[in-house]
Amino acid sequence: MKNKERSSIIDIRMIIAVIVAVYVLFPFFLVMINSCKPTDMITKNPVGFEGISFGQLVTNLKDVINNTHFEFWAAFECSVIITVVSLVLLALFGSMAAWVICRNHTKWSAFIYFTFIASMIIPFQVVMLPLISTFRDVGKFIGISMLQSIPGIIFAYLGFGGAMTVFILNGFIKGIPLALEEAASIDGCSPEQIFFRIILPLLKPVITTVTILNGMWIWNDYLLPSMMLGQNGKVKTLPVAVQAFVGSYVKQWNLILAAALLAIIPIVILFLLAQRQIMNGMIEGAVKG
Amino acid sequence: MGEFTAGRKAVSFGSLIIGLILMIYGLGTAIAKTGNNLRGAEILIGAVLFFAGLYLFPTLKYHRTIVNIIFLFPLLFAFAVTVIIPLVLGIGYSFTDWDGIRIKGFVGFDNYIRMFKQPGFIWSILITFLFVFFNIILVNLVAFLLALLCTSRIKGLGFFRAAYFLPNLIGGIVLGYIWQFIFSSVITKFTSAFWDMRYSMLSDTKTAFVGIVIVYIWQYAGYIMLIYITGLNTIPEDVLEASSIDGAGAAQTLFNIKIPMLAPTITICTFLTLTSAFKQFDVNLALTNGTGSVADFMGNYLTNGTEMLALNIYSTAVINNEYALGEAKAVLFFIILAIVSIVQVRISNKREVEM
Repeated sequence: MKNKERSSIIDIRMIIAVIVAVYVLFPFFLVMINSCKPTDMITKNPVGFEGISFGQLVTNLKDVINNTHFEFWAAFECSVIITVVSLVLLALFGSMAAWVICRNHTKWSAFIYFTFIASMIIPFQVVMLPLISTFRDVGKFIGISMLQSIPGIIFAYLGFGGAMTVFILNGFIKGIPLALEEAASIDGCSPEQIFFRIILPLLKPVITTVTILNGMWIWNDYLLPSMMLGQNGKVKTLPVAVQAFVGSYVKQWNLILAAALLAIIPIVILFLLAQRQIMNGMIEGAVKG
Repeated sequence: MGEFTAGRKAVSFGSLIIGLILMIYGLGTAIAKTGNNLRGAEILIGAVLFFAGLYLFPTLKYHRTIVNIIFLFPLLFAFAVTVIIPLVLGIGYSFTDWDGIRIKGFVGFDNYIRMFKQPGFIWSILITFLFVFFNIILVNLVAFLLALLCTSRIKGLGFFRAAYFLPNLIGGIVLGYIWQFIFSSVITKFTSAFWDMRYSMLSDTKTAFVGIVIVYIWQYAGYIMLIYITGLNTIPEDVLEASSIDGAGAAQTLFNIKIPMLAPTITICTFLTLTSAFKQFDVNLALTNGTGSVADFMGNYLTNGTEMLALNIYSTAVINNEYALGEAKAVLFFIILAIVSIVQVRISNKREVEM
């Protein structure tokens, strides 16, 4: 009797779970089917399967990819370069800084750490306007353009991502026994050797976490690149390109959804490949942050 | 000093000096505006050489300090240039008539007074608070229920978790447009068939606001759910067992054991939903771009019915070219955010202690 009751409860839960899953995944489904249709079929019936053809998908994608406002490949390349380089530099410089801050118990390291933590509450809106003018002036001053350039935006991500990266890494480094470093030091390791040979390899799991957190942020970020790179500049990231594209094609839903599909696919593939790491990384980042 | 070869000393001093000269020369030509196109490269190479020389500096006593400086420098430099300097400048600019390029004079608190004379801005503050309020409650509630669902014994748990989390991976701009499509083309099909409502719910301010809340829950609840799941999994099995032996029902276990033990998790989740809802920009921009009419607010007709603070700041500065006013609004935004988050953490900490 009790068993029966239990199984019925489980069934209700299962039904709820399925309904929620359908609701959550429905928009993705709509994107998929409607990027395979011509515009008039979408207006006629946005949820049905009629009018779907693989040929139409190819046409839509071609239209989007070759569109002068979107320029998918250029934007994709740009996004990849910016994200990857920023992530590598953030992981490297972040762990270097976190290690120094963690292992030095001076007034300065405490001050720097506190400044980093306090800065995490600063909303981007406060700094974005003076940031643009500062970067413009610095660029003019040294003769290297900091706006509308990939190095400039990577530099900005280094500055904005630094605080969170150091914070999470710092928590992890604290847990590494100091005796390890002392032993290495007695064996004749210099400080930089201790860091690169002993500490950095130990940081692998936490570097994965910060890389995932920063990666999600940088890849999807819109406001910073749109301010720094401009809507119609030569250098564009994917979210900026999507915005520029939609801004120029108000009601061409087949093309807009095809563009959305192109923007979604890389992330979904990445998620399917590294689902566990991504989910764990997001949790750890939140719980520690 | 005897341990260091003459070669290393020479390299160290050489690169220190060359680096310094290059940097000074580069900076000098930059200040003098001689049109030296290589000045940026000179400064950069000079800095790298300088640090290389510093690294090789023949000392044992200060080597650790030198390494510390070199390790800290890149991140701190980027942080100072992108966060600290703009923050200080920004607060200063908010008291001037800055137009994004130059400053003509100080205006005191004029910008701060002026922004409170804009009914549109006050409306933005109000709906932002409303949005934050609804989000904290609804996102946490939905996420918590989903977490309970995903910690019960149902088949395909991994799939459900991943599916619920998936929207969080997509950037706000892209999913904003996807939902704009759903609201304007898909839902209108049904509403016009059943209730003779042919207009998109995004065209009316109230329903558009509801729309933004729906999209935000859809995007964010899966993420908060993951954190609640982690929290639920840390509740020791024997506590739950003991309560079931004592005859506690599912509801009693939930309210008397699970929720009190989740207090720290609830604090984290409230903080996350609070700050992220406050800063909401992308979805707002892509979904409604702040449009929506308000017939009568403080005796004024408004057209920015769904424009939240972050978007209001952006359009004030970037669209209307009122940089100083936008910056003043941003400073106020910062202050509100800081106060609200500190208050929230204080209250939650107190409650955690009481529990």
